[in-house]
Amino acid sequence: MTATANQPMETPEVAMVSKGAFDADWNKVARLGSLTALALVFIALAGMPVGLNSRTIVDPILSMGYLSLLWLPLIMGWVSSKEIVLEGMAASKRGARDIVTGAAVGAIGGVGLSVLVLLLNQFDLRDPLVNWSPQLQEFLNFNGGIGTGVWIWIPICAALAAFGAGLVVLPERIRKAIITAILAVLLLSIFETFIVDVFDFLDDLLYANDGGLTLIATIAIAVITAAISLSGGGEKLGDVKRSYQTSTGSEHKRQTAILVGLSVAALIIIPIFTGKITQELMANIGIFLLLALGLNIVVGLAGILDLGYVAFFAVGGYTTAVLTSPNRGEDWPEWFPILPWWGALLVTIVMAALVGLFIGAPVIRMRGDYLAIVTLGFGEIIRILFLSDWLSGYFNGAQGITNVPPASFGPLDVKGTDPRSVFYLVMIFAALAIYISWRLERSRLGRAWMAIREDESVAEAMGINTVNMKLMAFVVGAVLASFSGAIFAAKVGSIFPTSFLILVSIIILVVVIVGGMGNIMGVIVGSVVLIGVLGGPKQPGLLAEFSEYKLLIYGALLIWMMLQRPEGLVPNARRSRELHQDEFLQDAWLKGEVDTDDDDDPNGAGMAPGGAQGATA
Amino acid sequence: MTTATRAAGAGRTNVDRFLTLIRVLLIGLIIVGFLAFIAQQIDPGNAFAKWRHGGEEANRLTGEQFKGLVVTGLSQGAMYGLIALGYSMVYGVLGFINFAHGEVFMVGAFTGFIMSNKLDEAGYWEGGAFIFAVLFTVVICTLVATATAVLMERVAYRPLRGSPRLIPLITSIGVSFFIQNAVILLFGPGAKSYPSNPDWLQQRRTFLDVEGTKLLVIFVAAISMAGLWYFVERTKTGKAMRAVAEDKEIASLMGINVNRTIVTTFAVGGAMAGIAGILWGLLFRSVIATTGFLPGIKAFTAAVVGGVGNLGGAMAGGVSLGSAEALAPLVLLEPLGVTGPSQLRDAVAFTLLILVLLVKPTGLFGERLSSEDRA
Repeated sequence: MTATANQPMETPEVAMVSKGAFDADWNKVARLGSLTALALVFIALAGMPVGLNSRTIVDPILSMGYLSLLWLPLIMGWVSSKEIVLEGMAASKRGARDIVTGAAVGAIGGVGLSVLVLLLNQFDLRDPLVNWSPQLQEFLNFNGGIGTGVWIWIPICAALAAFGAGLVVLPERIRKAIITAILAVLLLSIFETFIVDVFDFLDDLLYANDGGLTLIATIAIAVITAAISLSGGGEKLGDVKRSYQTSTGSEHKRQTAILVGLSVAALIIIPIFTGKITQELMANIGIFLLLALGLNIVVGLAGILDLGYVAFFAVGGYTTAVLTSPNRGEDWPEWFPILPWWGALLVTIVMAALVGLFIGAPVIRMRGDYLAIVTLGFGEIIRILFLSDWLSGYFNGAQGITNVPPASFGPLDVKGTDPRSVFYLVMIFAALAIYISWRLERSRLGRAWMAIREDESVAEAMGINTVNMKLMAFVVGAVLASFSGAIFAAKVGSIFPTSFLILVSIIILVVVIVGGMGNIMGVIVGSVVLIGVLGGPKQPGLLAEFSEYKLLIYGALLIWMMLQRPEGLVPNARRSRELHQDEFLQDAWLKGEVDTDDDDDPNGAGMAPGGAQGATA
Repeated sequence: MTTATRAAGAGRTNVDRFLTLIRVLLIGLIIVGFLAFIAQQIDPGNAFAKWRHGGEEANRLTGEQFKGLVVTGLSQGAMYGLIALGYSMVYGVLGFINFAHGEVFMVGAFTGFIMSNKLDEAGYWEGGAFIFAVLFTVVICTLVATATAVLMERVAYRPLRGSPRLIPLITSIGVSFFIQNAVILLFGPGAKSYPSNPDWLQQRRTFLDVEGTKLLVIFVAAISMAGLWYFVERTKTGKAMRAVAEDKEIASLMGINVNRTIVTTFAVGGAMAGIAGILWGLLFRSVIATTGFLPGIKAFTAAVVGGVGNLGGAMAGGVSLGSAEALAPLVLLEPLGVTGPSQLRDAVAFTLLILVLLVKPTGLFGERLSSEDRA
């Protein structure tokens, strides 16, 4: 709600209340401060600072380890100065008070770390807490003598939090410039492997020998990006985006075609210039994107929370492996054919659809939450069956099916040692899946799914055959997942039951939810950001050092998204309106258009959720 | 939207026919398996057993083995029951499945691991002092688990009250994931072992000739259950809980502090899970960060089997699930010629869940639902 402070007030009757610098809401300070302290101590004891210390962000001064602690006071300072401004209510002026609040929050957080340093010096709790180590002590004391850290952490945290809070006080343009600069530095350093891979010449220019940006490069990047932002570069980009969003008819179609064409060209060209690691990463993103697109139909469109989605992935992988590998179990009859990959794919589609029907039918009439657990049960049952001795004659139990041949299309072989080919193959299927999802969303079937998602009883009353429609969602989702499984089998060259843990289901769910349920663009963003940066259940991402911590981050992200932004990073307009119905009604009431929620006005999609802000704009 | 009204109103669809087929198949499988078991007990060399075991005789289950399975089933079931109570109570009051409840149980077991090892180092985990040490550990575990559950409610679930149904469920998946991985990071990924129980507990045979630890587990679970029953049915707070489960709005009109009652529900459920956690530790003497996940899901299964929202049902469901899980592999699957049937234990539990939801969705003892669910 910062907009109110910086805009010239249009309504004169609302006065700005200025408060003294020490008029802070001390209750809030204590609450946020102790939260910061707890979180800092938790991060320290979870081993993140020590574990991540090997990766450098800015060569001599900042490592990922310190960053893992320092971001928190910055954000908390910013949070502490956020204030909900209600329409028609007196708003307080921004100023010294906010900075004092922020500094106090940060200082309390710093006290938490200082106490930890003292305790580390005094006691040895290494027995239950594995990270209670001399390394942590050294780290928190900045490699200095015992007790150095005690006094350093408080002012550092206080300063960072004050800076975070100060961002709110600054004028909008400067704030934007600072944030852009910080983000640019972080992104450039996180994407180091990728950037060096594509643009070789940047290696010496930007990065130090043992990783991380050099100090000079950091300053240069920060200055340049801040200057671009100040000169209005960001606004021009915003203008382009706006003109795309507001354009209609053939103009919109043309622009969409250009956009799609450009992205397709980029996707074809980029892998040619990158090394194996980046290609591997892109192939992994593709496989999970395909899974996420399928789950998006089930969860995002039809509103069925399927926690056993990995079952279809497993069925796809195992069917392909059984039909193509000479190393499949011994109990298969002689006449059972060994097919080429694409031949097996056809059978896989049929199998996935059948399994989708088989799992779907019993659960389709259950209440949403029962359904979630039962599908989870099915996912486990299928994995246990693949793992069991009972069926080991068919699926080789824990040994898995090895020697799955590459998928060959004439002269072209798609195999794991050539991740670029896997990427192209997976992109073809992803394009197909995107097209299917996009068409389905606008079809009778898609509208039926959305109706069911919103209210099943009403949908039924409207004449929708809810059972058949939900089964369709299961089947479509299952088929998309089986594509992914088939490609996975060809890529890895072997299939083991451990690749199909419940974990996979949950990670795909996080991808869909963080990206934005029911929105294709959101799912793409979600898989690129999460799988690309953090990594999949077993596949490393760009931040390979995070592999230990990524599941924790996935969990925290899921909670945070549900609490703060259930519509996801890239929200689906209709879905987000449903989730924030109260706020929309309130907005409409403030504007004097009480029944906006009934008629589907075309501008509705552009309305951002967010209470009072929408009303002042 | 119940199955009954639909079947009466809309006629039978293909889905209905398919479900009937599954029901018949599952129940038929159970009957055939059981008959085969009886036949095998009478004559291990009967024709069916020879056919299913590739021409060899089946292994007859001795009485000793059978009793062992039953006791194992009962003691595991008692723990499932204790965890299931938490699911059941929260479901009764808030109408959502607290997916992370299994993690509360795991936190209890982990606290037990830390406490028991510290007490063992101090020399209290043996001889006569053991009883006091265990009591002390139970108290601490209960407190920690309660605190975890209450914190969970405060941080993750309270802000979501009144949001669409699936949102708190998804949040609870996140909470479960978070707690699991936080424990892995804080305490390390490996399995942690409890110190060995004193000999008198481990080896003494009672008149039933059963391992003392298992008896202890069943005994403690029974006491906790009785205490909970007294709390819910006989105290004023318990009455408030039942009222909130029935109808939140009316309960608040009657002067009940709904928020506090919900917190109490989480606390009591957490306490039960904490007790189950330390019992788990005593029984299996090993705990790992993922310990909570499967027992948590199975406890939910137990709650469904017994009828969600029904406390006695939760306990009965736990015991039936535990017994089914212990017995079914050797009593139903082995006579049918399934190799390595014990690997399918978890599959048996989930199949039982599906079977119960297909045959009697309200569970064995009926279901008490709050008004929102009846609609």
